[in-house]
Amino acid sequence: MSKNYNVIGHSKPKIDGPEKVSGAAKYTGDLKFPNMLHGKILTSPHAHARILSIDTSEAEKLPGVKAVITHKDVPTLKYGLSPARWDENIFCSEKTRFVGDKVAAVACLDEETCYKALKLIKVEYEVLPAVLDFLTAMDEGQPLVHEEYARNINTEIHQEFGDVAKAFAEAHHVRTDTFIGQRTYQCPIEPHSAISMWDAGKLTIYSSTQSPHYFQHYIAREFGMDIGDVRVLKTFVGGGFGGKLEPTGLEFAGAVLAKITSRPVRMFYDRAEMFAHNRGRHAQQMEITTGVDKDGKILGAYANFKMDGGAYTSLGIASAYYAGALLPMTYEFDNFKFDMYRVYTNLPACGAQRGHGAPQPKYAFESHLDNVAKDLGIDPMDIRIRNARRPDTVTPNDFKINSCHMKECLERAREISGWDEKKKNKVPGRGIGVSTGSFVTGAGYPIYRTDLPHASAFIRVNEDGTAATLYTGSVDIGQGSDTVLCQMAAEAMGYRYEQMKIVAADTETTPLDFGAYASRQTYMSGTAVKLAGEEVKKQILEMASFMLSLPPEDLDCEDGIIFSKSRDDKSITFQEAARKHFVLRGPLMGKGVYTPPKLGGTFKGAAVGTSPAYSFGAQIGEVEIDAETGEISVLGIWDVHDCGKVINPRLLHGQVHGALFMGMGESVWEEVLFDDKGKIINAELANYKMLTAMDMPPIESEVIDSYEPTGPWGAKEVGEGSTNPTLGMFSNAIFDAMGVRVNSLPLTYEKVWRALKEKREQEAAEKA
Amino acid sequence: MSNVITDKDGVKRYLITLNVNGDEHTILVKGNTTLTNALRDQLDLTGTKRGCELGDCGSCTVLFDGRPINSCMKLAVEAEGHEIITIEGVAANGELDAIQQSMINHAAVQCGYCTPGMVLSAKALLTRNPHPTEPEVREAIAGNLCRCTGYVHIVEAVLAASRGVLAPDDGAHATAGGAK
Ligand code: FES
Ligand code: FES
Repeated sequence: MSKNYNVIGHSKPKIDGPEKVSGAAKYTGDLKFPNMLHGKILTSPHAHARILSIDTSEAEKLPGVKAVITHKDVPTLKYGLSPARWDENIFCSEKTRFVGDKVAAVACLDEETCYKALKLIKVEYEVLPAVLDFLTAMDEGQPLVHEEYARNINTEIHQEFGDVAKAFAEAHHVRTDTFIGQRTYQCPIEPHSAISMWDAGKLTIYSSTQSPHYFQHYIAREFGMDIGDVRVLKTFVGGGFGGKLEPTGLEFAGAVLAKITSRPVRMFYDRAEMFAHNRGRHAQQMEITTGVDKDGKILGAYANFKMDGGAYTSLGIASAYYAGALLPMTYEFDNFKFDMYRVYTNLPACGAQRGHGAPQPKYAFESHLDNVAKDLGIDPMDIRIRNARRPDTVTPNDFKINSCHMKECLERAREISGWDEKKKNKVPGRGIGVSTGSFVTGAGYPIYRTDLPHASAFIRVNEDGTAATLYTGSVDIGQGSDTVLCQMAAEAMGYRYEQMKIVAADTETTPLDFGAYASRQTYMSGTAVKLAGEEVKKQILEMASFMLSLPPEDLDCEDGIIFSKSRDDKSITFQEAARKHFVLRGPLMGKGVYTPPKLGGTFKGAAVGTSPAYSFGAQIGEVEIDAETGEISVLGIWDVHDCGKVINPRLLHGQVHGALFMGMGESVWEEVLFDDKGKIINAELANYKMLTAMDMPPIESEVIDSYEPTGPWGAKEVGEGSTNPTLGMFSNAIFDAMGVRVNSLPLTYEKVWRALKEKREQEAAEKA
Repeated sequence: MSNVITDKDGVKRYLITLNVNGDEHTILVKGNTTLTNALRDQLDLTGTKRGCELGDCGSCTVLFDGRPINSCMKLAVEAEGHEIITIEGVAANGELDAIQQSMINHAAVQCGYCTPGMVLSAKALLTRNPHPTEPEVREAIAGNLCRCTGYVHIVEAVLAASRGVLAPDDGAHATAGGAK
């Protein structure tokens, strides 16, 4: 299980570290091309409005303006995640559906002219009544966001596994709680940008993207082009977290502007535009009912959810399914029912944010479970350990679990946090909370309907063996996949990491990979890379066998040295053999491809949540609450993760820290707020309240020794899973500290203060 | 004061000389040109990032007479006569600064977009206070937002650089103290 390897399992420095620390790393917005123009998009100032007329003549007259486009100049094909819900256009033609909806765009000599030109475009609107509250959006008489979607229902899900009614009837205790989750935003520090250019009917787009392949697919479709005529590539990407997973107006409008002007066009979203474009975490209402036996064993659960989709589908159908699909992961129970309505509102569309769909439902379920534990007088830790999922089990919704150390994660977190001690000697005002999480290691089915493999890679060793280049379509958006995949390539080849180079995420020069989402690359791209490396190794050992006159089975290669397993005196370097290979046989190359096995059940929506492997984790947090002000101080957080074999420990813990940081922000501070006209009132980082270095508590992150039998060297996901427990962990710690529950996110100081005040008033009334 | 030229549309342009990383550059800017944009667009020093242009994120940090500032909040014309160090000036002659090396060794860099600003804020701190405490490190980088790392490895890296130990003591177990 804990075999030592030469390259994997070590904290190799990031392959792009020197470029990034020295400022040499170029992100899309840093690139310049000869003759390049700048582009900007004009958006709707109204949440819901009919477009009566658009007059671009004044803008066109402004010196420096090279093109002004509206819906008349662009394809009218609708796009979105799934064919059944294609509902978004490049530009609005009849009406706008949120403040920020795309109306027109300009290309100009410089950015300043763009902003001036946008002001000169005259759009006449008839303002329509808007749907701003997702809880009443389905009511009779509400305006319709899309005329084709009755009662503003975008997605409706009704699933039942086992017999929940029977489970509740037989339960010792049944409880229902309702929670609200807020809208949050991914907030990568790098704003989205894209540079489009045409050459003889071929389109090239440099984009700040999590998936060049998915962009290529949708852009080719939108413009009716062959996929081979569209090239999408990235340079460095400054974070994504789900927000850069689907093409935006920057690519679509940019491509049209570049075509009309025959010049490269660079577009970007400024910070306020990023917030308006959004596609962050859905706000949602979560009603949860659970039936347990007298020991707290869960017999069945019913999740009845409603989520605010905003104006378009975006990636949100997947979020809606994920919200329920990942609920029965960390605890074992056979009966599960899930009802969901994802409704349209006149607010920015929501999509995939780190932990896709899972963190808020997890918050609701984990808070609810603590309530249940309290009803029964059971310690929150004990109820979790009692219900913890075991390895080699199947969830009620047909997900096959292989490796799973849920129980060990809880026990270890209990130990390192001093849980028992802290529970026993409770300090007034302090509280400790526990929560669990689990996440897919890549989606079992493609992001769009296709029979293509999910990942592929090849490796080319150069002519004298002093370097090898890995070519992969996978996408490093900061998480470190370029590094981890080079480690895997070197390990599989018997080569040295320090001699690896990588070409990645370019649809023209690298083989297909679906990209950075659903925590898939270490496992899926990694499996393809491992196969490619093994193919190289096989060939180099054959060459060495010829050179050393030993059978290939007697040879192995590690760390760039080929040696005989039976004789100490026989060895040559990888380099020597690689050079000989080139001389005698030509380029030394290896390729690999990965397609997941067929996974999941046959019910409607069965595909979402399937994965070849799942991570598990437990988090404990300790807080202290100032009863006077409601201020929450976080004293410490302990995360224990089961993520299979660790390829790069430092990068892995970095993922845990980042996921936790995002979850922590969502727990207490972050929220996208709107005024009563549907306009965001805190579209800046300061007022959105992203946490600073001074706000972060001590964090302890540990992994359980774990091996996933289906993963490359036993690896599985880590990048998103650690966001899942965090919200529930905070909720439970705060609950433990003050004895009353705040039922809506974020758990702000004000809400805490109010809850405490009510509690005091109630206690006083009871006494009186 | 700089030379002022009025263009054909009546817009004033200022001929200024910026001292950046020890080099003098004479450029023509508008009155509203930010230092960030002058550095990026005119001098091609794109290591200075634009993350918000509102003074919130710190990705545009440069050293201004040794002090870290948000260059998006400074007009290019105000920078004349001051010494500006950008990230490109930190690893002069290709040799990485201790903070930069420590950031790599500690995996304190993920997407890297905040990194130039982090390095400069940390550099300013260690120059004025070579042996800071952890809270002092956290305070010094509080104006630099990072969405990727939770700041854990960044704080470790800066503290390590201040102690002259650039390599982490490694294990599968990573811990870090917090703000308190
Ligand atoms: S770009 Fe200057 S502070 Fe964000
Ligand atoms: S490393 Fe991505 S923002 Fe800091």
